[in-house]
Amino acid sequence: MTDAARHPTFPQAARAALADTQLRHNLGHATHTIRAKRAEVVAEVPDWEQLREAGRALKERVLRHIDDYLLELEGAVQAAGGVVHWARDARECNQIVGDIVAAHGANEVVKSKSLTTEETKLNEALDRRGIRAWETDLAQLIIQLGDDTPSHILVPAIHKNRAQIRELFLSKLDDVPSDLSDDPHELAEIARRHLRKLFLNTPVGISGVNFAIAETGTVSVVESEGNGRMCTTLPEVLISVMGIEKIVPTWQDLEVYMQLLPRSSTAERMNPYSSLWTGVTEGDGPREFHLVLIDNGRTDVLADEIGRQALNCIRCSACLNVCPVYERTGGHAYGSTYPGPIGAILTPLLSGLEEAGSLPYASSLCGACYEVCPVKINIPQVLVHLRHKEVKHSTAAGGLRGRLAGEHLAMRAMARVFADRRLYEAAQRSGRLAQWPLVRGGKIERLPGPLSGWSSMRDLPPLPRQSFRDWWRQRT
Amino acid sequence: MSAAREEILARIRSALQDVPAGERAGDVTVAREYRTSDDRGADELVELLCERLIDYHAQVRQVAAGEVGRAVAEACRELGLARVVVPPELAADWRPGAGEGPEVVEDRGLSAAELDAIDGAVTGCAAAIAETGTLVLDGQGPSGRRAITLVPDHHICVVSEDQVLGLVPEAIAGTASSVRERGLPVTLISGPSASSDIELERLEGVHGPRHLLVLIAR
Amino acid sequence: MTGGAPRRASLFITCFNDTMFPQTGQAVVRLLERLGVEVDFPLEQTCCGQMHFNTGYADETVALVHRFVRAFADSEVVVSPSASCVGMVRDYYPRVAEVSGDPGLAREVETIRPRVLELTELLIDRLGSDDVGAFFPHRVTYHPTCHSLRMLHVGDRPLRLLRAVRGLELVELPEATQCCGFGGTFAVKNADTSIAMLSDKIRTILDTGAEVCASADNSCLMHIGGALSRQRAGVRTMHIAEILAQTEGSP
Repeated sequence: MTDAARHPTFPQAARAALADTQLRHNLGHATHTIRAKRAEVVAEVPDWEQLREAGRALKERVLRHIDDYLLELEGAVQAAGGVVHWARDARECNQIVGDIVAAHGANEVVKSKSLTTEETKLNEALDRRGIRAWETDLAQLIIQLGDDTPSHILVPAIHKNRAQIRELFLSKLDDVPSDLSDDPHELAEIARRHLRKLFLNTPVGISGVNFAIAETGTVSVVESEGNGRMCTTLPEVLISVMGIEKIVPTWQDLEVYMQLLPRSSTAERMNPYSSLWTGVTEGDGPREFHLVLIDNGRTDVLADEIGRQALNCIRCSACLNVCPVYERTGGHAYGSTYPGPIGAILTPLLSGLEEAGSLPYASSLCGACYEVCPVKINIPQVLVHLRHKEVKHSTAAGGLRGRLAGEHLAMRAMARVFADRRLYEAAQRSGRLAQWPLVRGGKIERLPGPLSGWSSMRDLPPLPRQSFRDWWRQRT
Repeated sequence: MSAAREEILARIRSALQDVPAGERAGDVTVAREYRTSDDRGADELVELLCERLIDYHAQVRQVAAGEVGRAVAEACRELGLARVVVPPELAADWRPGAGEGPEVVEDRGLSAAELDAIDGAVTGCAAAIAETGTLVLDGQGPSGRRAITLVPDHHICVVSEDQVLGLVPEAIAGTASSVRERGLPVTLISGPSASSDIELERLEGVHGPRHLLVLIAR
Repeated sequence: MTGGAPRRASLFITCFNDTMFPQTGQAVVRLLERLGVEVDFPLEQTCCGQMHFNTGYADETVALVHRFVRAFADSEVVVSPSASCVGMVRDYYPRVAEVSGDPGLAREVETIRPRVLELTELLIDRLGSDDVGAFFPHRVTYHPTCHSLRMLHVGDRPLRLLRAVRGLELVELPEATQCCGFGGTFAVKNADTSIAMLSDKIRTILDTGAEVCASADNSCLMHIGGALSRQRAGVRTMHIAEILAQTEGSP
């Protein structure tokens, strides 16, 4: 069974989400706050546009030669004492990671946030092997305790308020005082104590990767809380999972991304902690380092010349924070690991349109995302491109897509009308005639069939008796 | 595993059919029109560094170069630090003197559990970035091993005036040889640990040192 | 945008203005003639194809691109009261030409693109003045559309024109750059989200106390105006051309 059979389309999921007033309130506040902070901190940078262009161009360079860069990265990591693994898909990735953990006889691991491992559902796979993966990022911990899924790339538990978090801690963690308040500082202290024990005693850590430098074999984790440092420094064995697109060509090129990412994501000049390590360093950090390179559909994205730019993404979430759709529907409505504008293009490209065909339409094409994307992904362009693919795909699938067939017929009929002046003018005239049963008191308040979505909240002015061209003909 | 590698590389090559066979990575133009160097004077950079560090809730003090040891000892007293760890290569006159304050433990491979019993770390750094309020540690010399500025709850970091750079590109350039030639781990620290995960309210000190004090030696 | 004031401009009215908002086209003609620009109207024009292209029917758009470039082949300057349609021609016609695989069409598109202007671009850049001699004694707020803002980058041109209108009290719209939620077929395919976005836009418009909400695109105004009408809010929408066309003598 594909995900398509399991989860609703975007319009269906959005309808439910829009009615969730708690979500609307939390998310509206969160996105508006971060949006403003980002604008402020970006305005400080006089060469922001030049950085964006370099960020985009470097990614273009990487993607066009990604096989060479991956080989260079592999060589550099190995020379520095690390081990490199390649995984074609989620199952293979999870297998590799599980095997490494099991080989060390560990049944517990500490994990710092990794969207890629969300994508592969690593925790569930480890769980099936009797290995408990502890999420250590505060929001991820909250999600894990609540058996929930993340709804935002950067602040995954944004849909939860403090009272809900307090409840979770009380019911799911040990040694929590029953008089715990819902003050965020107290809640953070509970999380700190719980996780500190794990950090100091767990021999295997798993992390994601923000950037991997091909030239030097350096891998990085960019974070705020310090749990990333804990997971990548204290355990004896470290496994880092990265999507193949996370490559940056040289050490010096980091200068671009270490400016673009913090300001675009948490709206800070620099995030509290960035760790950049190369293989294994004797006496400092893990004895053993494994880098798992994962494809899982990225080569499909690569093959789409227009869609390829989606792989520029550095997971900053700036697009989510300015999107008028995301701010109202939240991340769960997208039904995928990656929500918001980037999710609307990346998910169909990674997983195929059969599963995610409604996502490219989850946008009014307002362009706010493109404006803020630090690596200049032209999201509106890719959305329209995917809509084109979706139409072709569902047309080819023929009668299986009954619902869409009506739209195809109508759009093709309209195109034929627009392509011929006489038909167009005839349609104008017949429209004026046909509308009269719908016009009441100088307005159209109810439209039939699929157009009723319009008239549920909006009136429509009736078509005037004389079109512009009628008027023009008359005056000349 | 190597089957996976070959298959992924093959998929990549087939995906990139639009890239001409003769094109090299360097042929893809990357315009570098952003700032890579800063011509602000030392005083201005130090002022900016202080401002930016304070903005992200680190504490900052400027001290005369000869007074660093005393300033460290004083800070340890104020913060109630009984035992501090230092990198073995931390200069003697940057450590609190014997009898002046906390017990000083040299890091000769302390375990995580041992570090957990220590109140704070005193280190130097490789550089500081004024524009972003960032300390750059490079895992060698006065920076020390990564774990010592991670596990204890306090971090006192000494920056000497001539280590203050203006921009991020300058700091990246400055650490290049440490990484390229020696594969050293670099850590960028900008303020104490923080989170915005609960209703977007900024919380300090989830993991990692909850207190960061920067002493700028002039 | 090169060149001074054109003697003549071809009007690209757009299919929905032609059919539903002819008064906007009439206003453009009146305004331009008043400013000394002769207007012609190539009757062969129908629709630029934006709705089809944006909904994913790129192949069906090819014939419409052919029609457009032929209809305006002899025009030195093409002016339109629709930023979104101008954006379609300037930014996306090359892609449609690519889809068609027809190099001749690609060439025709390249020739026509730089000649197509949105109304406020023509008024400010080519006719060179903020003041078009208009009179409109009402309280007005202006909604900048996403296409005019982010695709065409018209900037403050519409506001400069409105500020110069005698008698007009211009009130700034809060959170003006927020999308109104129209998005073409988005308003129907994702009606619930569209309505949620529209609700906030209506709220900010009503908060200004303005009598008129103006914009440079009737597509957004149809959506905004539709809700204002349904709510019996007592606020009307007007295309900026219709405001600029008004003079003291003729309301």
